[in-house]
Amino acid sequence: MASKVIHALYNDDDILMNAVKTVRAEHYHIEEVYTPFPVHGLDKAMGLEGTRIAITSFMYGVVGLTVAILMMNFIMIEDWPQDIGGKPSFSYLENMPAFVPIMFEMTVFFAAHLMVITFYMRSKLWPFKKAENPDPRTTDDHFLMAIDAGHGDVKAMMKVLEATGAVELNIVEQEQAH
Amino acid sequence: MYTLPNKLKVFALVFMVLGAVGIVAGFLSAPKTTEDVAAMMADAHHGDGHGDAEAHHGDGHGEVEATHHSGESHHGTESHAASEDHHGEEMTHEHAQADPHQEHLEHVMHQLQNRPWSALYIASFFFFMIALGALAFYAIQYAAQAGWSPILFRVMEGITGYLPVASVLVFVLLLASAFHFNHIFHWMDPELVNPESAHYDKIIAGKSGYLNVPFFLIRALFFLLGWNAYRWLSRKYSLADDTAEDQSFFKKNFKLSAGFLVFFIVTESIMSWDWIMSFDPHWFSTLFGWYVFAGMMVCAITVIALVTIYLKSQGYMEEVNDSHIHDLAKFMFGFSIFWTYLWFSQFMLIWYADIPEEVTYFVTRIEQYKLPFFGMIAMNFVFPLLLLMNSDYKRVNWFVVMAGIVILAGHYLDVFNMVMPATVGESWTIGVPELGALMFFFGLFIYVVFTTLTKAPLVPKNNPFIKESKHFHY
Repeated sequence: MASKVIHALYNDDDILMNAVKTVRAEHYHIEEVYTPFPVHGLDKAMGLEGTRIAITSFMYGVVGLTVAILMMNFIMIEDWPQDIGGKPSFSYLENMPAFVPIMFEMTVFFAAHLMVITFYMRSKLWPFKKAENPDPRTTDDHFLMAIDAGHGDVKAMMKVLEATGAVELNIVEQEQAH
Repeated sequence: MYTLPNKLKVFALVFMVLGAVGIVAGFLSAPKTTEDVAAMMADAHHGDGHGDAEAHHGDGHGEVEATHHSGESHHGTESHAASEDHHGEEMTHEHAQADPHQEHLEHVMHQLQNRPWSALYIASFFFFMIALGALAFYAIQYAAQAGWSPILFRVMEGITGYLPVASVLVFVLLLASAFHFNHIFHWMDPELVNPESAHYDKIIAGKSGYLNVPFFLIRALFFLLGWNAYRWLSRKYSLADDTAEDQSFFKKNFKLSAGFLVFFIVTESIMSWDWIMSFDPHWFSTLFGWYVFAGMMVCAITVIALVTIYLKSQGYMEEVNDSHIHDLAKFMFGFSIFWTYLWFSQFMLIWYADIPEEVTYFVTRIEQYKLPFFGMIAMNFVFPLLLLMNSDYKRVNWFVVMAGIVILAGHYLDVFNMVMPATVGESWTIGVPELGALMFFFGLFIYVVFTTLTKAPLVPKNNPFIKESKHFHY
């Protein structure tokens, strides 16, 4: 099914922010906004749900910490007991200070890498994926807001968008992905 | 303009009076003679439940003695065995061995006499470092031309208003040590650097070119004057800026702050060696200055957050929003972790190398101060880490207040752990002298800080970043 989408282009992030607020106040549906750099507060203005990636990050960190502890315990205490710093206690707890840097690093390593992988998966990004960017200018100095024009009065919408300070308005027919 | 509520005034005065009573009681209950000590110990040994301090000093006093009086540097491990021996001896032949027993009694007496002074010094330094940390944080905001914080400048200035008062009190305490009213700074004993004396200490004598009383006092005076001069000038310029036509006062403050920060980081480091590290004159750690700095900053930022939240709850500073509190809480979180990082760096290197003269510092603390030592790590690291990790919690005032109170208590314990093991050793408790001193300085701090807040409008007017700060949102 093909649907109609309006692409409104802006050349300033403040104007874009205000436009997003106006469009939302008019109850039009914003499909996506493309920006050349992260615009602070845009997610809130668009009414996007807060990210839950911090929660996954915490869980990955806990996994990393656990892996580090089990790994160090196996390598340094069980499999080949080491005399650490001239203190042959052969106990994980008593040698813990020596393991703390590894515990810390593994926590960070797991949290960071798994968080990035999670982000890619959630955003449906993978190597050699074709860019979904509708207009290459959004990678340079333009901001693009895609508004669903399927059910509304397109003329009225165009008027509203023009008033928000859009530098260019295009109506695009697109194959719907979903 | 903010006016000091009567309730708060009474609150502060009550704390000061109760605290003063505690301080005086602490001094009066300190033993005057070895007979007093013997009586106190006998009480404790017979299970009168006279407090932990008395109950403990039988065991392990040898170790403290070693830390204090021995000229050699190997006491860390050796003294262990020694202390066990002493303990046994004492229990069995208490009367037969009059001499070592008498010596021990004298030693405990000195520790107990040091206790009220140490308690006073710790509490005094703790609130002093909050004011000094707030001053450094304030200078950083100016030097960085931060846009979010100018709305909090008057709160910071209010807290640094305690600096002149604290400086006088700390200096008086240092003078009291210098003129031998107390012996909390062991190295000030002239016997130690006298080659003729039986107590001659080669290591301390070797350091006496730097660590001598006149130079120590000159340094202290120089640092205090420098910090107070910055505080006085920056406050003057900040107030003048309110009515100024142009930004000249802001520019002056910007330059002054940048200069102060250079002065501060050098002098703060030396101050921490002088006023804290020299309690253990044989021991040294090269990152000690940073360590004290981290604790100082986390306390100062916590107090800025608490005062701001309090003022806001009283209906002042309407423009302070969640985002300002969020930023302060981020600093609390960040500096708590920074503090832990430095604490651990210091601990791990010394633990790993296990060099007797270094490791004795931690051996004493882990053996005799187990609860405050490990409790403090939980309070200063684990608690803020888990409580303030979530982004949303940093915006909830009561979460920030709760974390703040634990952080402040934890850092009081941190200072306690830095000072007490060297001055009172085994004979520590947190009792009347400690709580009294803490209450007194808390009351004084509240009184001075909130009085300073009444002296100027709570929000600066002409600061070039004030508009950005009022609209700050994250």
